[in-house]
Amino acid sequence: MSVKSESIQSKKDSGQDERLKKISPLRVLLNRPELGALGGSILVFIFFGIVAGDTGMFSAYGTLNFLDVSANLGIIAIAAAMLMIGGEFDLSIGSMIGFAGICIAIPAIYWGWPLWTSIIFAFAMAVLIGYFNGIMVVKTGLPSFIVTLAMLFILRGATLAITRLITGRTQVPGLRVLIEDDPIAWLFATDTFQWLFTWLGSMKLIALRTDGTPLATGIPPSVIWFIALTLFATWILMKTRYGNWIFASGGDKVGATNVGVPVGRVKISLFIGTAVASTIFACIQVLDAGSADTMRGTLKELEAIAAAVVGGCLLTGGYGSAIGAALGAIIFGTVSMGIFYTDVDTDWFKVFLGAMMLIAVVFNNYIRKKVTETK
Amino acid sequence: MSDYLVQFNNISKFFGKVIALKDVTMKLKKGEIMCLLGDNGAGKSTLIKTLAGVHKPDEGEIIFEDQKIVFDSPRDALDIGIGTVYQDLALVSLMSVTRNFFMGREPQKGLPFFKTFDIEKANTIAAERMGQIGIDVRDPSQAVGTMSGGERQCLAISRAIYFGAKVLVLDEPTSALGVHQASMVLKYIVKAASQGLAVILITHNVHHAYPVGNSFTVLNRGKSMGTFQKKDISREKLLSMMAGGEELDKLEVELKEMDRIENN
Repeated sequence: MSVKSESIQSKKDSGQDERLKKISPLRVLLNRPELGALGGSILVFIFFGIVAGDTGMFSAYGTLNFLDVSANLGIIAIAAAMLMIGGEFDLSIGSMIGFAGICIAIPAIYWGWPLWTSIIFAFAMAVLIGYFNGIMVVKTGLPSFIVTLAMLFILRGATLAITRLITGRTQVPGLRVLIEDDPIAWLFATDTFQWLFTWLGSMKLIALRTDGTPLATGIPPSVIWFIALTLFATWILMKTRYGNWIFASGGDKVGATNVGVPVGRVKISLFIGTAVASTIFACIQVLDAGSADTMRGTLKELEAIAAAVVGGCLLTGGYGSAIGAALGAIIFGTVSMGIFYTDVDTDWFKVFLGAMMLIAVVFNNYIRKKVTETK
Repeated sequence: MSDYLVQFNNISKFFGKVIALKDVTMKLKKGEIMCLLGDNGAGKSTLIKTLAGVHKPDEGEIIFEDQKIVFDSPRDALDIGIGTVYQDLALVSLMSVTRNFFMGREPQKGLPFFKTFDIEKANTIAAERMGQIGIDVRDPSQAVGTMSGGERQCLAISRAIYFGAKVLVLDEPTSALGVHQASMVLKYIVKAASQGLAVILITHNVHHAYPVGNSFTVLNRGKSMGTFQKKDISREKLLSMMAGGEELDKLEVELKEMDRIENN
């Protein structure tokens, strides 16, 4: 005992433990999970700034366009990232989007429900399905990969079967007329800051249509939801007890349980989170298009996971960030839209997506080793 | 009030036909370090889990501060002050020191429904507590993965004490550690006991147990071979009891035999 306390004393006296290196601000930044995504998005913007800077990609209209695509992906990517930090996957996100779409459209069009009740109905179904995914994973101990893969097929099949049974088709149009005067639908269907864009248009600062109204009419609802969810998720992860439980559940399930973290409840709530985020995505898309389609959201689960991974989430759980996932979504959204403004054939987009993900995984793996390095 | 802080009287535990523990008795005073020694399969794990409230004993009683106690869950054991540090330590290496220290019991501040994890307070406490054991955490937000094995063990023990453990149950705290790291952990255990905690140190390493222990309980094939005060027993005697004595004697004979053959 005395030996140790002496060594501490000497350490205190010299004011510095000789075994500790000074850590540079760069090293601190390196320890943040979103670093890769931040670097990636800066590179993407520099690239398109050079290649497509004068094409209208960065006009008000062009910017809102790629932001809208990014934001839509971002909404589900953030929920997927939180679930991944909690140590699980949800492969049923895409199917849930399709299912939520018809949960809104069929009651509203065929059963005469007011639009707002069918929106609430869709969210209630999302909570139920998320709960089911969660309870299956927690109670059976099966990998979430398998459980939600099953749900991917079940939901997509049910969406198709139910829609065809009730409507005889695979699309349910006619929602647009119901949006007006609905007490809830505006949440998912209103462009905000329209006055700003009208003013910018009147000042001739942004492009106008031939009738004098601005080409970009306002900030799309997806972008507002995206920003709000990013902030909310970041607050939860970094600032709340529940956030700490998410990291703990994903980092070490047994350990977390032993110190009293309700791991099961945390995971179930995160599965509900991805299902609800899918439903928000569905609401925005369905109300924007005015119709629900049984194939809507196909493969979105993989894009969401890809964005989360590029954003720094580890596939093994316990590490990642919501801001990272948001940046990951912005990278994908920007490239998928930006590629139209370049001479590059759009066929190459998927190649880029895959390459980006590979680089991200290799990079994240390296970072994790650095973070957990023993001194 | 008896001298003992906690008493485990005639604890037995059966799994079907298997007798995992039979009539094991242990008594601890405040400030005492009792080493529970036993070879693999002696029933150490079952006993720990019984102390921690994971298993209910089939026979026997647990008396804590003169009250008879029945644990329905690990939570009950924690609540009355029996803190168990398992071999896996329940630490997440990707999470920071602070986040690990308060995992599951985060201090909160703010209004209802908008409560936040009081990370400043948590950082201060974690750094202070780690400082007390002589671990200079330069940054409480550094990942636990960057700490050495001994430091992690100390963090887990320190956490158990901070959250109100009066009896510390430590499962093989030194088994995965080098000499230097192990001595660091053992020193900390002595310090904790000197502050009035009762410590049950489970180990199969007599060389780690003997210098720090006040008393020794030897477990063999589910049965206690008795509890001995340090003055009554030598290190060698303990070692031979643990391994069942004869086996070591037999080994010695065999080695001699090999020697003889080689010399010929």
